[in-house]
Amino acid sequence: MHRYEYVRPADQAAAIAAAAQATTAQQGADVRFLAGGTTLIDLMKLNVETPTRVLDINPLPLDRIDVASGGGMRIGAMVRNSDLANDATVQKQYSVLSQAILQGASAQIRNMATVGGNLLQRTRCVYFRDTAMACNKREPGSGCPAITGHNRTLALLGVSEQCIATNPSDMCVALAALEATVHIQGTKGARDVAFGDFHLLPGNTPHRETVLEPGDLITHVTLPAPIAPSKQVYLKLRDRASYEFALASAAVVLTIENGSITYARIALGGVGTKPWRSAEAETALTGRPANDGTFRQAAEAALGAATPQSENEFKIELAKRCLTQALRMAMAR
Amino acid sequence: MTNDDHPSEPSRRQFLLTGGSAVAASVLAATVGDETHVAQTVAGAAVPAVEGAVPITLRINGTDHAIRIDPRTTLLDCLRETLALTGTKKGCDHGQCGACTVHVDGRRVLSCLNLAVMHDGHEITTIEGLGTPEAMHPMQTAFYTHDAYQCGYCTSGQIMSASALLKEPCGPDDAAVKELMSGNICRCGAYANIVAAIQQVRKSA
Repeated sequence: MHRYEYVRPADQAAAIAAAAQATTAQQGADVRFLAGGTTLIDLMKLNVETPTRVLDINPLPLDRIDVASGGGMRIGAMVRNSDLANDATVQKQYSVLSQAILQGASAQIRNMATVGGNLLQRTRCVYFRDTAMACNKREPGSGCPAITGHNRTLALLGVSEQCIATNPSDMCVALAALEATVHIQGTKGARDVAFGDFHLLPGNTPHRETVLEPGDLITHVTLPAPIAPSKQVYLKLRDRASYEFALASAAVVLTIENGSITYARIALGGVGTKPWRSAEAETALTGRPANDGTFRQAAEAALGAATPQSENEFKIELAKRCLTQALRMAMAR
Repeated sequence: MTNDDHPSEPSRRQFLLTGGSAVAASVLAATVGDETHVAQTVAGAAVPAVEGAVPITLRINGTDHAIRIDPRTTLLDCLRETLALTGTKKGCDHGQCGACTVHVDGRRVLSCLNLAVMHDGHEITTIEGLGTPEAMHPMQTAFYTHDAYQCGYCTSGQIMSASALLKEPCGPDDAAVKELMSGNICRCGAYANIVAAIQQVRKSA
């Protein structure tokens, strides 16, 4: 592993000041925050991440889950995935979030991984993880061998000629459907970013994955007041039954009145270069009768812009069926 | 093979168990030895300092270990290489197999994806601290009774995971246990017996 200086910042201000010395934004930067370590330490062992300073933010008091006055939740960036998934309020009112987290990784990793870290989870694209290969995300301008190579698990939506890497997160798919807000503290003060604006499409700059600037620290995530009584489902399809990344997943938040869909929030995982909120599917569902025909139309709309590669065309139909089935499961709740 | 089916007779398993006590005893001795060695390191007398080394105190199985350690050292390598607690195994070293599972403040984590320096002051439990050959943890006894291993390499990670699972939200059926144990890979495929061992402990608790 690359040699680095290990620092335990005394407080949040010290952490931000130290991180602001980085020459680039958080991911891939020469100064890195260390939270759960489940992505960062793995990638440091592979020399994919080679920070010269590592700022251990585990001691910072960012690990509270609070119910906000007037509804909604405030989730600290250092809350562990397992604590969030098993929180009684989350399980009751934001069940899609609990379901998504519990279908990701393993129990050990969920005990380590944090909310802030999950937002910054990096792709599992094999070319990104192998420094012997070219990768525009890791080394801008070096090329994307995935486009002509092994791309079975890679993205269909939001791809560019520079990068087709899938965002691997399950938690983020649920947060997209729940319209969360990401709260960031930086050298210029605090700012809030709507979840859909937090992750960036690869375009010509696949090395830039989020809006974070040097020094920016995610402090917490908020959820709006729950839409009650909504039906919530996270369905994940993968190559094995557990402990595997999604080939396709769907987060669904629905309300149905008199057989008609009155509210729909839809996001897809495993198929996008970022957690994929589907406005097309939501439009196709809202105001329509809750039945298989409507569900299939929403799925067609959600994947309408899909761009398949040599090995992943099967994921288009898989993702459509995943969303259709998730909607059926939601209706049955 | 006949002996394996009759644990009351002298068997390969009992031989291994007895052998296990001897190994545990030698590890204990090595640990004591290491503490002396560590004290010298801290005093700066015996061992050349590692550039950028960080002083930390790790509380492992109820014993404090004051050490200076290269901040790149994972908790796993620190346990095995620095403190000679080799019961915790290195499988993939990338968070994919679960062989390195230990408890930190009572929760199971992967020691390969944690740095030792992150755990200054935390309560760490390894397989060496879960039970003793004379007074095994109920999960260790159940693994033995159910023959929940073959080669044994993943076993300490499986047992650390399974013993932590007892305190986690988990449905009553086998499927729930399998889901919560999916982070521990067994190449020999002892899964059926592992689930049976865990369920027996859960039902008798």
